[in-house]
Amino acid sequence: MKVLIPTPLRQYAEKKAAVDVNAATVGEALHALTSQHGDLRRHLFSDDGKLRSFVNVYVNDEDIRYLAKENTPVKDNDTISIVPSIAGGIDR
Amino acid sequence: MPGMLKISESALNQLRAHGEQTYPHECCGVLLGQDNGDSERWVTHAVACGNTRTDSPENRYNIDPKELIRIQLDAREQGLDILGFYHSHPDHPARWSSTDLAEAHWFGCSYVITSVTNGKAQNTNSFLLAGDEESKRFEDEQVEVVEQPDESRAMAD
Repeated sequence: MKVLIPTPLRQYAEKKAAVDVNAATVGEALHALTSQHGDLRRHLFSDDGKLRSFVNVYVNDEDIRYLAKENTPVKDNDTISIVPSIAGGIDR
Repeated sequence: MPGMLKISESALNQLRAHGEQTYPHECCGVLLGQDNGDSERWVTHAVACGNTRTDSPENRYNIDPKELIRIQLDAREQGLDILGFYHSHPDHPARWSSTDLAEAHWFGCSYVITSVTNGKAQNTNSFLLAGDEESKRFEDEQVEVVEQPDESRAMAD
């Protein structure tokens, strides 16, 4: 399946917008991705190995937080999107 | 020397108008264009998004990742990239806040902020997110407004 890499993380994935991996779950796919591109690991995972809180992962258009998180099963024709959150606002 | 963000006049007008439409709430959206290297980042499209922070829209914004995924797919089909994001500061200066920095994660992208006072768009400034999660900072960027390329103007007509 295809893992789509967001603009700010492409510099750690040889400037690729998408990376093909073979995996049965989202966790395996992310492991395969970070095995190919080791520099991505610290940008996706914290020191304790958990996905960083601001990193959203979607299988097609479903948030894995509402599926089985990293145990969510994936098929060959699925697309996994990595989407860092976009938020902010005035301090008052 | 500050960096530079080129933006088409129509995209700039759209994002400023969006801030006026949603006043006194914050608006937000995605900036698309072409990145031909450090010196050539040119925003040609501003895509309006909904603000999911309905609990506190007057001082918070958040873009639904699902909406971003759709925009990203559409952009790729048109040969465009995500170059940054915009939002408004109702009755507040067009400077980044500590919340803006804490919640910014798209390094190398521009965060464009428009101040809207009494419902009228005032200043629009751009800040480039530099560094990484451990050393992040916003750098001031000059905003250069450019005419729409001929082909885009034809599409708009």
